[in-house]
Amino acid sequence: MSILQVRDLNVVLSGLSILQGVSFDVAPTGVTVLLGRNGVGKTTTLRAILGLAPGIGSVTFDGADILGRRTHELVQKGLGYVPEDRCVFAGLTVAENLRLAERTKNSAYELVFELFPELKKRASQRAGSLSGGQQQMLALGRVLLTENRLLLVDEPTKGLAPKVVTEVADALARVAVRVPILLVEQNLAVVRRLAGDAVVLAAGQVAWTGGASELLSDHDLTKSLLGVGSHS
Amino acid sequence: MSTVVLLAVTGLGLSALYFLIASGLSLVFGLADVLNFAHGWFLTVGAYAAYWATPKVGFAGGVVAGVLAGAGVAALVELVMIRPLYKRTIAQVLVTVGLSLAGVALFQALFSPDARIFPSPKWTQQVVGFLGARVPVKSLLLIAGAVVVLAALLAFLRWTRYGLIIRAGVENREMVTALGIDVRKAFTLVFAIGGAAAGLAGALGGVYFESVSPTGGASLLIFAFIVVVIGGMGSITGSAVAAVAVGLLQQFVNYYGSAGAGDVCAVALLAIVLLTRRQARQA
Amino acid sequence: MTYLRRYWPFGAVAVLALLPYAGVGIPGVFDGPLNSPGTLQLLALCLLFGGLATGYDLLFGRTGLLSFGQALFVALGAYGADVLITKAGLPLALAAPAAILLGTTVAAAIGAIALRVTGIAFAMVTLAFAQVGAILAARDAWGLTGGDEGLALDVSGLPSGLVGVVNTYKLYWVSLAYLVIVMIVVRRTVSSPTGRVLAGLRDDERRVGVLGLNPYAFKLFAFVLAGALAAAGGVVHLLLVQGADPKIAGSELTLSLLVMVVLGGPGTRYGPLLGGVLYTYLDYRLTHVAGGLPGPLKQPLFVLGVIFILAVYFFPGGIAQLRLRALRRTL
Repeated sequence: MSILQVRDLNVVLSGLSILQGVSFDVAPTGVTVLLGRNGVGKTTTLRAILGLAPGIGSVTFDGADILGRRTHELVQKGLGYVPEDRCVFAGLTVAENLRLAERTKNSAYELVFELFPELKKRASQRAGSLSGGQQQMLALGRVLLTENRLLLVDEPTKGLAPKVVTEVADALARVAVRVPILLVEQNLAVVRRLAGDAVVLAAGQVAWTGGASELLSDHDLTKSLLGVGSHS
Repeated sequence: MSTVVLLAVTGLGLSALYFLIASGLSLVFGLADVLNFAHGWFLTVGAYAAYWATPKVGFAGGVVAGVLAGAGVAALVELVMIRPLYKRTIAQVLVTVGLSLAGVALFQALFSPDARIFPSPKWTQQVVGFLGARVPVKSLLLIAGAVVVLAALLAFLRWTRYGLIIRAGVENREMVTALGIDVRKAFTLVFAIGGAAAGLAGALGGVYFESVSPTGGASLLIFAFIVVVIGGMGSITGSAVAAVAVGLLQQFVNYYGSAGAGDVCAVALLAIVLLTRRQARQA
Repeated sequence: MTYLRRYWPFGAVAVLALLPYAGVGIPGVFDGPLNSPGTLQLLALCLLFGGLATGYDLLFGRTGLLSFGQALFVALGAYGADVLITKAGLPLALAAPAAILLGTTVAAAIGAIALRVTGIAFAMVTLAFAQVGAILAARDAWGLTGGDEGLALDVSGLPSGLVGVVNTYKLYWVSLAYLVIVMIVVRRTVSSPTGRVLAGLRDDERRVGVLGLNPYAFKLFAFVLAGALAAAGGVVHLLLVQGADPKIAGSELTLSLLVMVVLGGPGTRYGPLLGGVLYTYLDYRLTHVAGGLPGPLKQPLFVLGVIFILAVYFFPGGIAQLRLRALRRTL
């Protein structure tokens, strides 16, 4: 039984058809990775699930159809979102960024500060002055403060230094033990380490689904679907 | 020297009036993307409420009535008229344009198009000695009102949860909803806050101009727009600084130059700011 | 059938041009017969504002620019020609082109600055610039504009055929000619390659940028052309009412142009014209007939403002779309 089922999802943005009949399932445990070249609609898929982009079709989360529901209600239902490019509030302090994400009295600050001790140290610093890696930790920390039943995480390692990529991957691995993740990721080393299932998009449609290790062990398949070798 | 002090105080009085209008406009625009042409009408509503209530419950009560009327009408306008057009920015502007036209006409029908004398208490129409000049109490009253509102707004934005939501929403509204927060509730709130400040401007403006008229709000609105653009949309401190600059510039140039030259200078200041601002603000 | 569809505008113009010879009246719609000076004056204003609204729609409906500064260019045309004729003693044949040139030049200067910002900020900035015009007009700047009273036109500087109530029909023809010229200019612009770029800007500015075209230059072109048409309309307004007063420079005029365009149907061929005619007619009739109506209904702007708000919610395409929808339903 999957936690999220996407069926025949279509998205049109300013006259352009971005997604055409996308269907896939997200496993109730572990990491499901959403792959594909740039511009195939990975981010749009996440945004449509969350109601941030207008979608037609059906998206079932925990047995309920959620397509067309308002974003904040879905998030309150336990759909956590870590967007591409972090989107931390640059003018707010780290503490304020975290406080904004609180929903209940007992927010999981211990967990967040244990994963990212940097955030505790820099609590009163403006988020705009953090490094890219620190901003990513803040963006992850923000959703981890609350109870989630599924996390949607969009390219968390994009533009980060190799050492920071490892830190972020470590954190995601620890989080994935507690809550399932739908991950958009270009870094195949990270994919290999985290992912169970893989869904590959090409030109707005699902091109391949299966086990991530199965995909990555087939060099030619990876190359034809993603345009990069699995050994790179 | 005493002329300079007098001009500075009266200029700051004008700045205070602009700030009271611009702060609400700026917050509403920064958070909700709504260019609110009806904001001047909120001021008119506040002015007439104070005009109506002052003889019954005294001046302080009249001011409170103006603030409440401004806040109430603004919240109602957001809920009934703006909200159904969510994300249709141009349609929202058009509706506020229609409201500003119909609202002014409504007051002209209800209270006659002519200005009416505001029942100001005697003490507000006097002058006091200040740094060697005789300055009008009503200017000081406006300045005090604006300073209180500025401090209250900054404290609200800094220390409350809704203030936090508004500051975050001005930066990136979509991300606020993606944290599970219903940002539209904050829209109603900023409209109410802006309406309250405009209502206060209406009541104190009644004292300042010694009269109320149906078109009074609309003529102030344009200078408030200038203040909002110069100060940066969504920024309260920016609005305060820009209001001081525009008010002082206008007062001094109108006195030392020819009448009306100060108003033109305010627009020239806007042009200079736009031309020199490296990266023009995108709406 | 196709002939009718293609050539009916010529027929319509011919009928309108012959109205001054029609001695019949339409009871309830106009007070006097169609060729009475009063009715012709009202009709001329209707046609003029139909033209002004069509010119303004070049910005709003065709290019997607929400400018609040259009009144300034109308005022430059009206006051410019007025001052040149009345104060400088120039003949109309020189004053009119000079005033239009003035409006066009100022439009180019203001557009160059205001178009540095987009969207709502552009709206605010154009409003602020137009306010300068309103201030100068109302404060009797350099002793030229006559202040609140306005500046009455010295009719001795006009050709005698344009002076006096008996010649109202000629001014009506001037208005009609203005409207026809605006319709042709807008039509030609919209159907030209430039017009397609303007439509692209309205729909999605980024896509035009992707094509390697400079959105700024095209928007400036639309702004200047609309400014020139507005200034020409200002000259016609000056002739019609024999003077210029601060009302024509105020933001309320721009707002009413916006209301006309939205009521009629932005971006449609005849919508803004219909909106302008209907608004002007209602404004006049409600002012002069509404004496017996109760309360706020006496105020034309209250009625028009409410209709406008309802239009934004319930028929956003304006009258033109409404007509199309009705047509489709009958087919």
